[in-house]
Amino acid sequence: MPALDQALRPNIWDIVALVLVIGAMVLIVYGGEQTTRPLSSLDITPVSLDPANLPLYALRTTMRMLLALICSIVFTFIYAALAAKSRRAEMVMIPLLDILQSVPILGFLTFTVVFFMNLFPGNVLGAELACVFAIFTSQAWNMTFSMYQSIRNVPKDLEEATQSFHLSPWQRFWRLDVPFAMPGLIWNTMMSMSGGWFFVVASESITVGNTTVTLPGVGSYVALAIEKQNLAAIGYAILTMLLVIIAYDQLLFRPVVAWADKFRFEQTASGNPPTSWMLDLFRRTRALRALTLPFAALNRAFSNLRINLPMELGSEARIGRPSRVLDAIWFLLIALGTGYAAFWAYQYLSANLNLSDVAIAFGYGLLTLLRVVVLIALATLIWVPVGVWVGLRPKLAERVQPLAQFFAAFPANLAFPVFVSLIVHYQLQPNVWLSPLMILGTQWYILFNVIAGASAFPTDLREAASSLHLEGWRWWIKAVLPGIFPYYITGAITASGGSWNASIVAEVASWGNTHLTAAGLGAYIAKATEAGDFPRVVLGVSVMCVLVTLFNRLLWRPLYAFGERRLRLG
Amino acid sequence: MLDQPDKTSLIDIKGVSRSFPKGSGEDLLVLEKVDLTIASGEIVGLLGRSGSGKSTLLRIIAGLIAPSSGDAECRGKAIQGPPNGVAMVFQSFALFPWLTVLQNVELGLEALGIDSAERRKRALEAIDLIGLDGFESAYPKELSGGMRQRVGFARALVVHPDLLLMDEPFSALDVLTAETLRTDLVDLWIEGRLPIKSVLMVTHNIEEAVLMCDRVLVFASNPGRVGAEFKIDLPHPRNRLDPAFRQLVDTLYARMTQKPEPKTLPLGSVPGGGVGMVLDHVSSNVLSGLIETLAGPPYNGHADLPVLAGQLQLEADEILHLGEALQLLRFAQLSEGDLVLTDAGKRFAHLETDARKKMFVQHLLDYVPVMGLIKRVLDERPSHTAPAARFRNELEDYMSEDYADETLKTIVSWGRYAELFAYDEQSETFSLENPN
Repeated sequence: MPALDQALRPNIWDIVALVLVIGAMVLIVYGGEQTTRPLSSLDITPVSLDPANLPLYALRTTMRMLLALICSIVFTFIYAALAAKSRRAEMVMIPLLDILQSVPILGFLTFTVVFFMNLFPGNVLGAELACVFAIFTSQAWNMTFSMYQSIRNVPKDLEEATQSFHLSPWQRFWRLDVPFAMPGLIWNTMMSMSGGWFFVVASESITVGNTTVTLPGVGSYVALAIEKQNLAAIGYAILTMLLVIIAYDQLLFRPVVAWADKFRFEQTASGNPPTSWMLDLFRRTRALRALTLPFAALNRAFSNLRINLPMELGSEARIGRPSRVLDAIWFLLIALGTGYAAFWAYQYLSANLNLSDVAIAFGYGLLTLLRVVVLIALATLIWVPVGVWVGLRPKLAERVQPLAQFFAAFPANLAFPVFVSLIVHYQLQPNVWLSPLMILGTQWYILFNVIAGASAFPTDLREAASSLHLEGWRWWIKAVLPGIFPYYITGAITASGGSWNASIVAEVASWGNTHLTAAGLGAYIAKATEAGDFPRVVLGVSVMCVLVTLFNRLLWRPLYAFGERRLRLG
Repeated sequence: MLDQPDKTSLIDIKGVSRSFPKGSGEDLLVLEKVDLTIASGEIVGLLGRSGSGKSTLLRIIAGLIAPSSGDAECRGKAIQGPPNGVAMVFQSFALFPWLTVLQNVELGLEALGIDSAERRKRALEAIDLIGLDGFESAYPKELSGGMRQRVGFARALVVHPDLLLMDEPFSALDVLTAETLRTDLVDLWIEGRLPIKSVLMVTHNIEEAVLMCDRVLVFASNPGRVGAEFKIDLPHPRNRLDPAFRQLVDTLYARMTQKPEPKTLPLGSVPGGGVGMVLDHVSSNVLSGLIETLAGPPYNGHADLPVLAGQLQLEADEILHLGEALQLLRFAQLSEGDLVLTDAGKRFAHLETDARKKMFVQHLLDYVPVMGLIKRVLDERPSHTAPAARFRNELEDYMSEDYADETLKTIVSWGRYAELFAYDEQSETFSLENPN
């Protein structure tokens, strides 16, 4: 079979690709070996500011993030599928996810560090898992939401086709639901990976009461640099992050995006499909491609497994009257569970706190709320005009867009030196001047969404506006602002959610021995965490959760719905 | 084989009804006591207006939805879930955009657990048969509409079904492409090269039904039921210009317009004084245009529907829609496949815009009860405003939510044209005040 021989004979691309694959495997094994050591080894080889250590730190940090990403994907598949396929599960799971989304991630750390450290006493693995879990909580929810929404919106005709051609529910999931959800899922995964950096820095070096854990990684390197007031080290850390972000973008995400372009649900081919040199490289290889054939076959066999899922998970009961009795029992169970949880939460909190504590927490919450509102407004005033200006120039937009995404990955801690030094030097009020740290990483979401909106603004409308002599503020109010509104809202929602999360880091900044604190809910939670004061952590987290949820429901959701209904173009 | 269909029946439908939950109160009956038998070796067409339940019946046979009552059997066994030996072709093609042509075609075989060598062989045969050679590795989005539907056919044929179900398979295609595909399919069928025994197709295109089918069931609406059955024994290939062909098309048009549908019964004969009438949305511009066309030559107020549909490039279903709207407003009369302008219609054709609006208002108030109701409510209320929900609820006593939406949309559009009232979309309120 000459054709097969031809296909198997390696070419030059095979060698390049092989080196890359083996290199990646070696790195993973090397990084993995470090995680199972006893906890005391952390004290023997403490984190040092020597830049020579940074490649290893970067490797370990990246591995934590990728591990968390894998966990998030597994979680997403299971959670989203259950919620989308079972009506009863959906009733509980979707509101739960909504709340989880608004729980401040750093608030989780307090509980999980203790939990995981107790799970593997005296071993680094416990701390590693706690860190991975923190990153996981920052990545998973939006991915799960995206997948759930995709599965719920699978086109009716494709659904009927799978039934008509006798695909089992299991086959249907892998052949229809997963591919259909893929583009949204990948986009959200990339966003999650960017967002994860913020929490890596916060969670690699954490103090909960008497327990202090410092895992080797970029995050703890930054923490140490801040403690030692080493500006050069901060610079090295920024450079390292830059390189790591470029590396995983080029080696991982771009190929995936280019490959996943075929899953985009559209009936006509789009203008410019995304490309990736990495994917092209692998597509040019002969032997490696042949090696992937068994994987493809395995994948096929896996999705064709004859797994019988329960009826409700399969085709939603066709003649469709759900049993009232089962519903009643289900509601009763939910009510009992909620009541039980409420009872214990009340017991625990009321034993340690009283009403005045709640009032204090809410007071701080309102302060932080004020900061979020003012900062979002300021960021809007600055970035909307900039974003529109950039977005209307396609060539420029192409360059600025990835830059904005890159800035979004940078944790606020890296700006501590600048802010703390300035505040101390000019004797500024920390309550005011620490606030910008909250929006440092999140303002970019507004920028790149506005850029996206302005780029998508139809040319004919622009031409109509100029032929009608719409100029100045009229041009903004009548033409451009309504056109980008849905995009702006998407960006603002992300930015506001991120700012709440960031408040826990941003309201307590330090540089060496200088510790500055702004009064607010973030500082309240941060202090309670450091003191190991669990009841107050729970209270602070709950208050933030309530405020964020209310803020979303009362402001963002209606605005979003309005934008989608009235102002969505095309 | 076409002249003598053998008598073993593939599908037996006896007294099948289907209802769907409605916005308020009782269920909406979309299909009432339908009987249908499909024998081996015939092409059966289900012809009817949209909403006449023909697609519902097709989906019951496909096992995609279950009947509310009655028996649906495939080869003597009750249909529970998609039966073996039945494959479906979709109006929207329903191809998986992430699978290549070959993978799309293989999908049905894979689900049956057929091994890969056999799968490949059969898929290539089907692709070959349907004229897709050379496109095996293309993705659907790279293909034109006609080629995509060919993939849809190959995917259905590859499982060698006894019965091929087609849900308006040509209606998403342009006229020329649709015609090529139809004749290709009919040719393969008469040559006996299709690996199937029978075909059941849903259509609202009368000529298509006459061109392809051995038997046509004309559906009546509200609730959907079989109104009449026609045998078509013209020999294949059929010629659209053949007088016998034209005769059949005319007969079918007449049949579809003959009986006044309950939803266009005169005022007062429907419970609730006719408020519960379903109004299909037709733009007032289109109505005016149609009246002008009818009034002018060559029709001079009297048009044969197939001819009119041909000139305006409309499907039977669409032209009937328009005709019914005119009939409802008493601008024209539908009878025996003809559309005849009334005196009012003739006067309307010669009026200026403002005078037309005045006349339109009068006809709306006289003949569309729900318009009168809204006007009355707005006049009586001190604020002269009323939320749309007030009327939507009333509509939903008679019809499903979808129909209520459609009806409301029509009310708003006609009311705005006639300047009978104003409507604010954001607050969903009717009011008498027009913005000046």
